[in-house]
Amino acid sequence: MDATTPSIGVLALQGGYAAHAAALADLGQPCREVRRPQALDGLDGLIIPGGESTVLLRLLESEDFFARLCTFARQHPVFGTCAGAILMAARVLDPAQPSLGCLDVTVRRNAYGRQNDSVVQTGRTLLPGPDLEMVFIRAPRIESAGAEVETLAWRDTSPVLVRQGSHLAATFHPELGQDRRVHRLFLDMVAAHAS
Amino acid sequence: MLVGVANETALPGLRVKTGLAEMLKGGVIMDVTDAAQAEIAEAAGAVAVMALERVPAQIRAEGGVARMASPKKIKEIMAAVSIPVMAKCRIGHFVEAQILQELGVDFIDESEVLTPADELNHVDKHAFRTPFVCGARDLGEALRRIGEGAAMIRTKGEAGTGDVIHAVKHMRQIVKDIRGLTVMGEEELYVAAKGLGAPLELVRAVAKTGRLPVPNFSAGGIATPADAALMRQLGAEAVFVGSGIFMRDSTEFAAPAEAAARARAIVKATTHYEDAGLLVAASEDCTGAMKGLAVAALEAGQLLQTRGW
Repeated sequence: MDATTPSIGVLALQGGYAAHAAALADLGQPCREVRRPQALDGLDGLIIPGGESTVLLRLLESEDFFARLCTFARQHPVFGTCAGAILMAARVLDPAQPSLGCLDVTVRRNAYGRQNDSVVQTGRTLLPGPDLEMVFIRAPRIESAGAEVETLAWRDTSPVLVRQGSHLAATFHPELGQDRRVHRLFLDMVAAHAS
Repeated sequence: MLVGVANETALPGLRVKTGLAEMLKGGVIMDVTDAAQAEIAEAAGAVAVMALERVPAQIRAEGGVARMASPKKIKEIMAAVSIPVMAKCRIGHFVEAQILQELGVDFIDESEVLTPADELNHVDKHAFRTPFVCGARDLGEALRRIGEGAAMIRTKGEAGTGDVIHAVKHMRQIVKDIRGLTVMGEEELYVAAKGLGAPLELVRAVAKTGRLPVPNFSAGGIATPADAALMRQLGAEAVFVGSGIFMRDSTEFAAPAEAAARARAIVKATTHYEDAGLLVAASEDCTGAMKGLAVAALEAGQLLQTRGW
């Protein structure tokens, strides 16, 4: 790892952290698994994976982890997928639950139904290149987004990939596909934030 | 034979099925028998619950034919929690699986804990939209189930005992079998596939990647935070805890507060499985453990793990 390689963490309390680590490895980017708040120290950016947001919240109760993650998210680039996006949202529905609130969106949990409604779809994106293949697993839906939130991909007419400053969130799972454009974008955001 | 779906074009790839299993990694899936237990499990940090009529320890103690839970019970549990809900069908009982799929459960466990319904065949799991998890004692059994369409493998262990010894045995066996394949030459893989009784393509895939093509979880006798961390350190990507949370012994339920404390402690130990300091804390938080039943004291006919093949 040379001096210009950023230090990226993946929250590894529970969920799709292994798939994110593999996606970063595809891009030649190492990462650190974060299970305790002190592991956030020195990171340039953090990925919050999919999983169950109720479990993540429960495990963030120890060691003042939730507050420290809030502080980290205010100051650093963060990329959340699925449950990670729910954790980043300003407002959560079905049921209402605490969140980091670093992204000005309202998210509804399991909005498309249960596992039998999980699906792989191709949708329109503003990322350079062809349409984006998107894996949705018991996915949440972004019901509304503030004026400063930019939509980068859609499922039908709903935003599924959004960005606000150095915060990026997807309601689908780019780490479960082969297309690395979303992870590449996040690494570019981390590099831009550092410079 | 297409038994599980009304519309074949709606069949998604295995990726959507294994995708949910990926999201359960690092978590604890807990057996529950009613909505109140499901709520305790969710509040404690369970990543999913397994809806059952009776937990394995009760099935073992009471005997009789163990079948799929009643739809009423499963619906009650699905309504009570926002996390994924799994349910068990009998080995080979594809109609129980059709019913579970229609109910909308998130995962079906074709389980040796229930009384098998077919002496020869497991369910053709490719025919279902709902993902399946199946038990295995070695790599050959795991790959046979994956060949049939399973999206997750778990060790069988010996359910309902609170004795982790066979979960350890089965996980060590699977890991050892995988390691063996990774050092074989291409010409040796044909014989290995014959010996394992597993599809050649899957044997080749495991030899190349050094891992199962689907997530590899552990079940069968895990009862304490240390048991959960042990299985994680041995290679399990998540754990199922059955009777160990809500049972005091084979017939008595533990007090809800005691069950909740155990559930939280096991969740903590599963996440922080390599952090000895937090494993001490998790073990201290745990008041009591189920009395249990030593597997070595069981007669061969009492073993659940020998069901399926």
